[in-house]
Amino acid sequence: MTLLFALVALPLVFMLASLAAGRRAPRLIWLCAPLMTGLSAWLAISVFEGGRGGPLGGWPVPLGIALEADGLSAALLLASAITAGITGLYALGAYGRTDRETTRSYTFWPLFYGLWAALNAVLVSRDLFNLYVAIELLSLTAVALAAFGSRRAAMRYLMIALAGSLAYLLGVVLIFASVGTLDITLIGERAGEARIPVLTGAALISAGLIAKTALFPLHGWLPPAHGAAPPAISALLSALVVKASFVILLRVWFEALPGLSDPAVTLLFGVMGAAAVLYGSVLALRQQGLKVLIAYSTVAQLGYLLLVFPLAGGGEAATPWAAGAWGAMGFHASAHMLAKAGLFLAAGLMIHAVGDGRIDRLEGLARAMPVTALAFALCAVSLMGLPPSGGFIAKYLMLIAALASGQWPYAAVILAGGLLAAAYLFRPLARMFAGAGTPELARAPHRLLALAPLALGLAAMALGLFSAVPYDLMVIGLPEAGQAGLEDADPGS
Amino acid sequence: MMELLADRASLFALTGAALVALGFYGFIIQRAPIRRLIAFNVIGSGIFLLFGGASYVGGGVDPVPQALIITGIVVALALTAFAATLAVRLAESGGDDADDDGDDDEDRESDR
Repeated sequence: MTLLFALVALPLVFMLASLAAGRRAPRLIWLCAPLMTGLSAWLAISVFEGGRGGPLGGWPVPLGIALEADGLSAALLLASAITAGITGLYALGAYGRTDRETTRSYTFWPLFYGLWAALNAVLVSRDLFNLYVAIELLSLTAVALAAFGSRRAAMRYLMIALAGSLAYLLGVVLIFASVGTLDITLIGERAGEARIPVLTGAALISAGLIAKTALFPLHGWLPPAHGAAPPAISALLSALVVKASFVILLRVWFEALPGLSDPAVTLLFGVMGAAAVLYGSVLALRQQGLKVLIAYSTVAQLGYLLLVFPLAGGGEAATPWAAGAWGAMGFHASAHMLAKAGLFLAAGLMIHAVGDGRIDRLEGLARAMPVTALAFALCAVSLMGLPPSGGFIAKYLMLIAALASGQWPYAAVILAGGLLAAAYLFRPLARMFAGAGTPELARAPHRLLALAPLALGLAAMALGLFSAVPYDLMVIGLPEAGQAGLEDADPGS
Repeated sequence: MMELLADRASLFALTGAALVALGFYGFIIQRAPIRRLIAFNVIGSGIFLLFGGASYVGGGVDPVPQALIITGIVVALALTAFAATLAVRLAESGGDDADDDGDDDEDRESDR
């Protein structure tokens, strides 16, 4: 319990400290990154041993705020601590001046820690209103960081975020008015009494969250905002921010309303996810800019997350493949966090080196920047879903779940998405290895910066190589579904 | 007072719903950021009114919705202040995509 509280409170403490520390603020990340990663690992171990959390400040649940971590939150907390920690260290290259203050090196760090705190709060909250406050803090910091790149894109993002938060809040009000509670578990117990108003509220909440997650029909704001931002910020936005609102969507449908979801609901989410995979991939294929390509790839990869709705069967049926689909979603979210952040950081170094963001200009970079190119390739392998990466385990488990439950159209989409990802990621990779000469490049802000994307790429690989432990962690606290069904299919056991 | 409140609870809720509808119309129709921001606040007020009205079940005032409404107002205030600042900065930079902060370029070129 204290541990969960610390995971939310510590980034807030660092946020205040970075405001107070002035031009020494960048150095705080050297303390924060290992601390948060260590605490998240500790949490993962204690969740393994059965710890779940409890109410905050000693108030019982209907009045107090309960923090709780299931296996999925513990796994995502750890993956996001690694991603945010490494991205923070990388950001020292751009916002790390300690000889004098600049506006951006002063404003980046409080926003960075605020974003981290909000993300952790989303992952451990069990209360719809608490989640609302956390997701608002997350949106606020994310939009402010996006404005570092393009104010117009940030404004568009903000308008979507505002509309999304209103829809979410209206949904929360409808649910509270019909069942008289906001605690997710209590809603689950009482929701059957008022089916129609609760479902209306859930629909509004879902619409708001879909807009904030940039899931398919409401994804238009993401590529300009993520593509224009500086690399460290794109990495945070693309890897972490969009996952938070998706986790709330999962909590609402799988834990608050498991008995209420309808085949039509899971079909709708499944079709949206499949459309996102195909549409995002095709658009990524057509991009000329490296970062916009990676941003469209986020649109596509987020679609896979939605496939958990049809594959895990809406949660009310203890189907044998539900655990596999749930684990696949957890793997996909974690692997995408690591790999997408790594891609953006590697792309940032390359764009800095050639001074141009077009894919055509990357020629010969693999010879001039071998470590960065290796990092890019490792992350790309995970996104494509090739073994032995974390992305491979995710897509393999999804495929097994789709085939085992007889939903072959989704299996086809998963395979097609993998092929398309390979196609759009081979475009920049092929340019990097093309040609014969070694291009003239600008020096990187620091020669060790290339280690950041490399570490993220290696972490995405490690997730696949040692998949048994994270899989067992992710299915702890799996809502209402059998855990033993995929014994044969689970590559770890 | 309590009876009056019980009678009016649905009235408050319906007024809130009407405000949400009005604000939603404004949010869709208007293009200027500041006008959309005002529309956002109209919707927000409507939702808070709806919250207070619809969650009134009789037998005294429930403190939970009140606490949540106050929190919601604080969140909406923070978002509004931030959005207004962003809108002003966007207008000052002529609506262009801006990498125009002087220190940013220095950051980028500083080879450590």
